[in-house]
Amino acid sequence: MDFISILSIFVLACFVGYYVVWSVTPALHTPLMAVTNAISSVIIVGALIAAAAAEVAGAKWLGLLGIVLASVNIFGGFAVTARMLAMYKKKEKK
Amino acid sequence: MHRLLLVTPFAAVAAFAADAVAAAVPYTTQVRAIEKIAHGPVNPWVALAYLVSGVFFILALRGLSSPATSRTGNRFGMAGMLIAVVTTLVTHVSLFNSEPCPESQSSESFGIIVDCQVDFPSHLFSFGEILVAIAIGAVIGITIARRIAMTSMPELVAAFHSLVGLAAVLVGWAAYLNPGAFGLLVGDSIGAVSKVEMGLGIAIGAITFSGSVIAFAKLSGRMSGSPILLPARHVINLGTLAAIIVLTALFAMAGPAETMPLIIALTVLAFLIGFLLIIPIGGADMPVVVSMLNSYSGWAAAAMGFTLGNTAMIITGALVGSSGAILSYIMCRAMNRSFISVIAGGFGADDSSAGGGEAKEQRPYKQGSAADAAFMLEQAEKVIIIPGYGMAVAQAQHALREMADMLEEKGVEVKYAIHPVAGRMPGHMNVLLAEAQVPYENVFELEDINSEFAQADVAFIIGANDVVNPAAKTDKSSPIYGMPVFDVDKAKQVFFIKRSMGGVGYAGVDNDVFYMDQTMMLLSDAKKMVEEIVKALD
Repeated sequence: MDFISILSIFVLACFVGYYVVWSVTPALHTPLMAVTNAISSVIIVGALIAAAAAEVAGAKWLGLLGIVLASVNIFGGFAVTARMLAMYKKKEKK
Repeated sequence: MHRLLLVTPFAAVAAFAADAVAAAVPYTTQVRAIEKIAHGPVNPWVALAYLVSGVFFILALRGLSSPATSRTGNRFGMAGMLIAVVTTLVTHVSLFNSEPCPESQSSESFGIIVDCQVDFPSHLFSFGEILVAIAIGAVIGITIARRIAMTSMPELVAAFHSLVGLAAVLVGWAAYLNPGAFGLLVGDSIGAVSKVEMGLGIAIGAITFSGSVIAFAKLSGRMSGSPILLPARHVINLGTLAAIIVLTALFAMAGPAETMPLIIALTVLAFLIGFLLIIPIGGADMPVVVSMLNSYSGWAAAAMGFTLGNTAMIITGALVGSSGAILSYIMCRAMNRSFISVIAGGFGADDSSAGGGEAKEQRPYKQGSAADAAFMLEQAEKVIIIPGYGMAVAQAQHALREMADMLEEKGVEVKYAIHPVAGRMPGHMNVLLAEAQVPYENVFELEDINSEFAQADVAFIIGANDVVNPAAKTDKSSPIYGMPVFDVDKAKQVFFIKRSMGGVGYAGVDNDVFYMDQTMMLLSDAKKMVEEIVKALD
């Protein structure tokens, strides 16, 4: 991918983010923060690459530590979001 | 050449760095980098998988537009992450060998090229280590997520942000130490553009990390919440930021042998500035800080996405970055504070003089009992409850919901009115009410319900104070002037639960609502008072 394509993706994603986030109901802003936390840990991709490459020991260990940190965030973030969302209930019909 | 490169070398540059790079990078280097891209193999299936992952993340946020679709949204998020991780795991194999594969030895399945020179023992060893690392993280993460109290969400989110930041720093450093694995080599050194992106990623990550650690310490009470003001802090902060930018440029231009001290200095300064930026911010501004760090963690991921040329990371970074920025904006607007003044810090430091100084004269107010309140609530047609964080501190939300249920059974219409700053982070109060099983259809935002106070028989204020203070509308000298507030004075009756007449809200200002004719002060612990009202309603 060349510079312009990747920049285009970034800029368009910023616009998508802007409109999508404004459409999030304020009642769910806390779960929004928890879930954005979880998805920003997609940075684990970089950590996986570093840990998988064996040539440089230092980079490999940094990668493995990065995997642990990002995993805490991924599992913790999605789990706590799920826990919160499960609490939002409609009125029980009597 | 069939060797799959997960990470394509590319000459991308973050929009915010475009000018700096154009100035810093010699033209020939840019051209070389671009040539390399043009010739580098990109497996379309892998690129597609990351794109799908990015789209799933968009759908995850889209789902949050209503509680009904939110759970599906969260599952989209998980699926997106799974796709990204599995794609990386499947394709990382080929990163082991630096020799190009002979055509005959590579095989292809589902379009994903399986590497030709897989060194199986070492590969499996790596794979095992990676799975162990993921498992350790999973156990820690899930344990925390299950145990955390909903009142502690702000500090949990701050702690999670710090992890994203640190992970970005680690990935940046790993890419610096082993650029070959990340496909960042132009000739035999790292491309200048990649170095700018790497430097920015490390800097933003480090700021996110140290800033979030301070935010976590403040929110969890491990550190005083009041602002710590260094003399000449603005000069120090601006100087440090400028130094980081200069170092990034030097790092990009430096020869391979000279980069190490520069990147170390860059990392250390970025950790320092994160710390310096957050210590002067305190008290009521913390929700803005948490949202802002949310945004930073997104930009850190985006910068790393540029380094790796990974669409999933770029899309996610842009989403999270915008999300945090919008939430910061919403919080600032709700407090009528400019973003700059929040960043500059010091809010709450001068409040003692504003609150304590002048108006100390005793004004008459009416005090009522739980029985009085219960009687009038029963007679009402419409009750609007305004919960504040004090309600959560007193753990009164369950008793409150019980009271609302009893009133509804008696035919009273009950609504909850939530101010954006009612909790300690955006949407926090909604979560606390949801936990107490308050149906979300009964919970309304400030702008949706403010016009209804005129028809309300009772405005029931519990644990809130500044958000109902009319001084925000009338008194230009008040520290909360301009902040949107609930028009409780339009309600026929106002009940104000408060521990005593002494304490004042976050902003430290007196509240005229206490002394209105239609106000009845219910002076007690919030939980005890609501429980007594419940008993009286029986």
